[in-house]
Order: sequence, then structure tokens, then C-alpha cells
Amino acid sequence: MKPLLLTNVRLIDPKSGLDKIGRLLVKEGKIAAVDMPESEKLPDACEIIDGQGAVLCPGLVDMRVTVGEPGYEYRETIATAAEASAAGGITTMAILPNSKPAIDNPALVTLLKAKGEETHSVNILPYGALSVGCEGKEMAEIGLLQEAGAIAFTDGNKALENTRLMMLTMAYARGYNCLVVQHPEDPSLARKGSATRGELATKLGLPSIPAAAEAIMIARDLRLAELTGCRLHFGHVSTAEGLGLIRQAKAKGLPVSCDTAPVYFDLNEDAIGDFRTYAKLSPPLRSEEDRQAVCQALADGTIDAIASDHLPRDVDDKRLPFAEAAAGGTGLVTLLSVTLLQVKKGDLSLSDALSLLTYRPAELLGQQFGTLSIGVDADLCLFDPDQNWLVEAGKLPGRAQNTPFDNRELPGVVLGTWKAGRRVYARQSS
Amino acid sequence: MDNPFGQHFLGIEGLSPHHIESLLDRADNYALLNRSRKTPRTLLRERTLITLFFENSTRTRTSFELAGKRLGADVINMSVSTSSVSKGETLLDTAYTLNAMRADLLVIRHSHSGAPALLAQKVDASVINAGDGMHEHPTQALLDALTIRRHYGTLSGLTVAICGDILHSRVARSNILLLNTMGCKVRVIGPPTLLPLTITKMGATPYYSMDEGIKDVDVIMMLRMQKERMQAGLVPSSREYFRFFGLDRRRLNLAKPGALVMHPGPLNRGVEIDSNVADDPAQSVIQEQVEMGVAVRMAVLEKFSQIKAQP
Repeated sequence: MKPLLLTNVRLIDPKSGLDKIGRLLVKEGKIAAVDMPESEKLPDACEIIDGQGAVLCPGLVDMRVTVGEPGYEYRETIATAAEASAAGGITTMAILPNSKPAIDNPALVTLLKAKGEETHSVNILPYGALSVGCEGKEMAEIGLLQEAGAIAFTDGNKALENTRLMMLTMAYARGYNCLVVQHPEDPSLARKGSATRGELATKLGLPSIPAAAEAIMIARDLRLAELTGCRLHFGHVSTAEGLGLIRQAKAKGLPVSCDTAPVYFDLNEDAIGDFRTYAKLSPPLRSEEDRQAVCQALADGTIDAIASDHLPRDVDDKRLPFAEAAAGGTGLVTLLSVTLLQVKKGDLSLSDALSLLTYRPAELLGQQFGTLSIGVDADLCLFDPDQNWLVEAGKLPGRAQNTPFDNRELPGVVLGTWKAGRRVYARQSS
Repeated sequence: MDNPFGQHFLGIEGLSPHHIESLLDRADNYALLNRSRKTPRTLLRERTLITLFFENSTRTRTSFELAGKRLGADVINMSVSTSSVSKGETLLDTAYTLNAMRADLLVIRHSHSGAPALLAQKVDASVINAGDGMHEHPTQALLDALTIRRHYGTLSGLTVAICGDILHSRVARSNILLLNTMGCKVRVIGPPTLLPLTITKMGATPYYSMDEGIKDVDVIMMLRMQKERMQAGLVPSSREYFRFFGLDRRRLNLAKPGALVMHPGPLNRGVEIDSNVADDPAQSVIQEQVEMGVAVRMAVLEKFSQIKAQP
């Protein structure tokens, strides 16, 4: 592999606080120099790329991705998801375990990692199932799964409902210092609901889910975290009340963290319009007040990470009456761009926004990714924050096309993505 | 005759190092006599010993019966299945019945903590606790202590790791109490679902990692892992349990060279202990524990028969 110099780039490394125009050298897949002085001699046969002032940041770390593999390959495979992630500047994906079979067996963890390595374009960090089959009935083999490489434990987009089992599982996970990730939604309140409870759901005649379903589950699990000492993370938090509880818990010093997804700070329930199933998500899009609370929690640090919440669905899963359509949206390609909207609005600095997409999720998962440091793998994302692009369902990289941002113009064009120094995405000039 | 121990033997709690040493000394003597088959078969002559087992335990019951017989007592076994309890009689009804029969020693095993203590309030006989619920199993702790003392000459200063289901183990509780009293350092090792944090208040240091907990210990006490614990969701599977909390040769090598391997039995091979460790005569003293069990129970029966209630 030839040495690579990325020059004339705005180097942003949120972890170290670096933000300046400079150049970065890659040798043998590793970062060899950050902010390399102009006077320093380049290695022989060095490839030089002029970034023309674009931002060069660590490759994004997406801590919440569903792929269809194994079991639902028609929705998305790891290979197609890797293609989409590369186009979105993502170099690390944490994969939720709700596949078929669920990732509740060490051999499946090994399989997912191997599939990721085959792509050569993305690190795959598999979650292990919290309960056998993600069915919420029996504790999964947390120790063996962790030993095989599972980075944290969750039942993915299903909440673990049984309080006793949740308590035991959290207590058990604590012995291995595992992070437990919960989908914060009381299943008995959410059952059969398809929109957030409110005026719109009433008007459309949709079965609804109260926003309190989130706060109820968060309140229960915070109490269990206090009881067991387990590190607890809430995925895609979407309500003011839920975030308020997490804020209080953090203030008390509980080992608690959370993420949200772009859909919850950019869209509100109005996006479902007249039964637009691409905007049917889990949890459902919330009220405007809740959306604003998510924006506020991003700014004040209550939210620790932004994840794509990529949930690929087939056309046939979505082409159904709203209440029957599957919940979920794609998110890999739009993760960075929708986050940049918050920067454009002035709610977040660029560095803070990138911190939520890089080292902070990596640290939550106990990984070294997401930073521009000498000696680490050169996982890089080069993007132009001032250039816009049009989201067009049907033309997105990867297999899944069910994006709720269809037909939106978004800022932030990814120009190139590098995985361990190897270029895995290059923007085609139009 | 006065007995400094009191009338009943309900637990290790409250015993002084002197009490414990005196029982161990006596038991040591019985161990020698047992081997030479010169036990004093007249010592408990005309004394009646009833073993009252509300929970199955062939091993402990047989050990007590043998101890009683070697001392010359009349030994009667009352097992639950044949008792009136199965017909609805309460524990206290049973107590009154036995009292009327003027037994001298009642050895009781019960699934509920505190059952022997309740019985002790109501009978004239001496009640010996042969294991009550999750509370205590004092003769097991004594036989463990005797086994250790015979190998190291003392208990004081030793580091002992008790591994497995601490939460439900009466063996662990009695051992923690006894070993602390005798000046040992006690570690407890297990998954957090089986390791109550308040165990520190009893004087044991908890470890969630077997590799860390077992490092440089003199004695490793393995506990039986019940299948019900897996069914109750406290541990995901036996293969996971063995992988992280099972005692195999590699783990044993982390302890001090020659560390003793103990187990109260019966063993779950391949769940909490590997056969080649359990059966290794160089370090495993599991069979010796069984032998010492009889000797210890003889010492206890002797001691507590001395306070036979006066007519």
C-alpha cells in the first residue's frame, strides 16, 4: 500500500480538539502524521490528494445499525450495508442482534465479524443478544458472546419487558463489565401502535403509542441500573420526558448513556403526512416539543451519540396500510448530512456534532476508533459541509431505500472514505 | 453437665475460636479412631438420635447416622416421605410428637432457613442443624475446617476462595463465619446474580472473575451449581458457567502450588468442576471431606448429648 497524503484539508478530531487546515499522512494503513508540517519530507511514492479545504475527520462510528444478515438478506446484507456506510463516511458499524437467527450464539458473532472483514470497507462490531432469540424470556450467554467479540448486549429494537429478567441480566452483565442497551419503550403500551399519541394520530385514526411509554421504561431501567450497578445505554431516545430522566440520572452519577437518531431531531410526527410509511419508525416520530427537546439534549450533552438507526425494509414491507407497514428507515447515507443540519442551524458546533458521530460512540462501545491519532487505523471521512445533495429513494447506495428523508436536499457531501488507509468510497463527479 | 455451647447446635455464628478448636480437636481424635475402628460404641448408649430430613440428602443423613451408631446411640431416621408432614402436619406438630417420644438428639435438615431454630424452641432434645435453607450448614463448615487444618496444621492466615452460588449456599455462609473466626481471609467468587454484595458485611471479598479470585489462594471450595438456578434465569447456561466459573486445571494453576480443592458434594462434573481436578489425589480432598464429616458429626453429637434434658 502506497503512503497517502491528504493535504489542504480541515482536520477535525473532536477527541483531541484539533480543528485546523493541514495535512495528514497515512502509511501502511495507519495514521503516520496529523497536521504534518509543510517542511517535512514526504515518503517515496506518496500519493497526494488535495482536499481543497474539505473537512477530514475520523471515519464515523455508527452504534445502531440493523442489517438483514443473517435471515433477511433481501432487505440488506453486510456487503450492501458496507457500500452504503462507505458512501456515508461510516467506517464502523455496530450491528444489532435482531436477525434470524438472533445473535445469541458465539458462532454468529464470529460470522458477522468475518463478514465485515470480507468487505474490507467497514468494521463490524456485533452486539450480542441480551436474551435468547431476543425473545425476552431467558438470559443469553453473555460471557461467551462477549468472549467471541460481542461489544455490548441488547435485544435491539425490542425492549426487554420482564423486569425480573432485566434485573438479573443487568446484574449478570455487570460481572463482565458489559454495556446493556435498551430500546426504551414499554411494549405493553406500544403494542400495535403505529404513531405517537396526539392530535395527528387521532385525526388519522391510527393506533397510537403514548410518549410516556418511553419514560416509563427509562424510569424502570434507571432504577435497575442503580440497583445492579450495570452500565446502561438507551437507544434512539426521542422524548422530552425520557431525556429529562436520563439527565437527572447522569447528574446523580449513574452509569447511564443514550443516543438518538437524526429522524428524532430533524423530523416530527407531521412527517407521516397522509400515511407516509417511509416515516413510520420505531419509536414513532414525536411531537414538535419532543423534537426540540432532543435538539436541546444534543446541545447540552445529555445525548452521548448520534446513530443512524438504520433499519432496512423491503418495498413490500412498506407498501401496506400505515398501521400494517413495517416500522423503520434507512439511515447510513444520511447520518452525517442530517446531523450537519444541526450545525447549519447553529445548535451544535461542527466539532461537537462530529464528536457525537465518532469517538463518543466508540468509547461507549469500548473501542479505539473515531479519532485522528498517530498509530491508529486510518479510518477517515472527507466531506464538504457546504455542498448539498438530493436524497432520492431508489438511487441510494446499498439495498435499502426506505428513507424518510426522500426528496430532501441535505448539506454535507462525502467526497471520500478510507478504511485502514484504503479508499473505500470516492464521490463520482457529476 | 454444662455445655459451653448451649443446648442446640444451630450454626457457626456465635462460636468462639476456642469452641471451634475444641470441636476440631475432638473430631481429629474421632478421625483417628474411625481409621483404627476403635470408636467408643458405648458413649451414647441409651441415647436416641432422630434424623429428621425434610429435604433429600443421602450423604449428610448417612454421615450423621453413622456418627450416631459409632457412638452407640439408637438412631432412627425419619424421612419426609414417610412422615406425617406429607399428610399436612406442621413442623411444630412434628416437634411436639418427637418431644413426647423423648428423643435426645434431633438432627434436622429443612429447606427453610430458621426451621431448626423454631424446632429448638419447642423440644427438650438438642437440635442439631444439618442444613437449613440458605442459612447455615455448620457441620459442613466444621468438616471443611478439619480437612484444611489437617493439611496446613492451622487455619489462621490462610486465604480461602469459595466459588459458585454464594447467594443460595448455606455451606458458604457457615464457612465464611467459621473461616473468619479462625483468622482466614475469605474470598467469594461467582456471577453477580449469585453473589450478594452484602456478603462483604459477613467478611468476604467478592470477585466476579474466577481467574482473579482464585489467584494465590491456599484453598478452593467449589459449590454445587444447581440446575434450578439456570432455569430461574440466574445463569444463562451450564456451558457458560463452566467456561467462566468452572474449576479446571488451568485455573487451579493460578492458585498457590498444592492448593486444596474442596467440594461439599455431590459434584456436577463439567459444570462447576472438571473431573481431572476433582479426581486428582494430589490436590483434591473431596473424599477426605466425606471422611472428616463422620468424625466431625461424632464430635458434635458427643458435645451436644452432654446436655441431655433431665427428666
